[in-house]
Amino acid sequence: MAEENGSNFRQFRDGVIGNNPVLVQLLGMCPTLAVTNTLENALVMGAAVTFVLVMSNLVTSLLRHQIKPHVRILVFTLTIATFVTIADLVLKANMYEVSKKLGPFVPLIIVNCIIICRAEVVAIKNGLARSLADAFGMGLGFTTALSILGAIREILGSGSLTLPGGATSLKLVQLPAAFEPHAWIIMVLPPGAFLTLGVVIGIVNQLRYRKVKGGAA
Amino acid sequence: MSEAPTVTQENANAEQPQGPRSFLVSSAPHLASGTSTRCIMFQVVLGLVPLWLAALYFYRLDALILPLVTVAACLIAEAVANAMRGRDQRSLTDGSAIVTGLILAFSLPPDLNPYMAFIGGVVSIALAKAIFGGLGQNLFNPAMVGRAFLMICFPAAMGIWTEPVTLARIGDTAVDGVTMATPLGAAMDPSVLIPSLWDLFCGRVGGSLGETSALAVLIGGLFLVFRRVADWRPVLGMLATAFVYAAIAHRINPEFEGPMFHLFAGSMMFGAFFIATDYVGAPITPVGRILFGIGVGGLVMTIRLFGAYPEGVMFAILIMNALTPLIERWTVPTPFGGHVAAAG
Repeated sequence: MAEENGSNFRQFRDGVIGNNPVLVQLLGMCPTLAVTNTLENALVMGAAVTFVLVMSNLVTSLLRHQIKPHVRILVFTLTIATFVTIADLVLKANMYEVSKKLGPFVPLIIVNCIIICRAEVVAIKNGLARSLADAFGMGLGFTTALSILGAIREILGSGSLTLPGGATSLKLVQLPAAFEPHAWIIMVLPPGAFLTLGVVIGIVNQLRYRKVKGGAA
Repeated sequence: MSEAPTVTQENANAEQPQGPRSFLVSSAPHLASGTSTRCIMFQVVLGLVPLWLAALYFYRLDALILPLVTVAACLIAEAVANAMRGRDQRSLTDGSAIVTGLILAFSLPPDLNPYMAFIGGVVSIALAKAIFGGLGQNLFNPAMVGRAFLMICFPAAMGIWTEPVTLARIGDTAVDGVTMATPLGAAMDPSVLIPSLWDLFCGRVGGSLGETSALAVLIGGLFLVFRRVADWRPVLGMLATAFVYAAIAHRINPEFEGPMFHLFAGSMMFGAFFIATDYVGAPITPVGRILFGIGVGGLVMTIRLFGAYPEGVMFAILIMNALTPLIERWTVPTPFGGHVAAAG
């Protein structure tokens, strides 16, 4: 994953497109399925994960010569847990409503395998710039994937698109009340998450294989 | 998949024909019966005609629009799926998408918004059939998956039952449509009058488009059974189990409706003759088919009597579809002159 000679930008782009943590690596499925019922939840979740990812990669990368190999997982977990706690408290203080909706899924970022995977695969072996590029790329990729799911599910299921805006959320789109009987209620429910994720991954795969085929020909 | 797919590489060594059309041939003797998928599906459509006529009589225009919409949706989804997978469009003419569309339409409320029915048709083919690899590969009955999707997606619209037009009168004037409780809904609500068995048998009650008339279902279904297009085993297993279950329940607690009511109400008949006899989702072994029918009948009655939903045919079929591989494992038949086959 982390080739010796790849540029930092390549590492960044890889996280968003070629190696998207959700749509390609299928990591971090728990928040992907659980909190993507609105765009707002997806964006806030994505921001929280990006923050933790960046900070944990930063700390791990700086400490990489001090960390003994046999205790590295412990160090990763403690680092991640610290920043997850910070993220959780910040959300509770500033965006209480959203924090309530996200429920246990913010603390659960601790066990999100994307973060520990990036620490183990990139940050422990690479310098600061590259680790940060990787963290931002992966974070953006995660947020993008979650936002796509969140937007599809919210517009079909609730007929609106909300953006996080501090204490109150901003309505980007609000379909008229006449939409109500036509809302796809399944999209707000867990099965909607599975169906949407499956369809989106299918489309992404279709595009990727077409690209591979086109490149070969 | 237009080029020779890599999947068949192992087969190539065994001198199997290349390409997606390669198939394994079972041991001799081979006897060509002349039946094709198209022939079977055409007969199923013929068997559905009485139901359609009954639906046209009871629901008029709705019964014309809904089936056309769902069949169109199924055909379009099938064509798009074929195009996406790089397959030829032959599967459009084998009739399976048409049958799926018709069964889906007949299991929907007559007054459903046609665009919702369209979504149901697309889901049936795209999510329940094409994704698993097309006809014969799907785990679950496509029409029932489509209906389940609509049921969860639009619970309000899927719960509005209009009275048959022939009944829709207030005083002496005919009206466009009147909503009413279905017989099964009535059975759950003591304040609503239960229709007579004769009305139930003829279909002069509220319900899904094609399922209300037990008479029409019997005509079409028995035609299929006598043509041997539909196997009698799941039909008998399902109806007999439901009958016995309802009889026992009625005996123990007379508040439950009697067995004849449960046979004629809702989609019990329709499910038994047209859905439980599905070739793909049901087991292929003879004993397995009986077990499948028994399972569906028992689950339907359990859901009807003790569940939150008034009707359970859809869920019963889907649950038993999921159990089909297990049933097939249990009921591998002994070949003629052979030893007991090892399971699996």
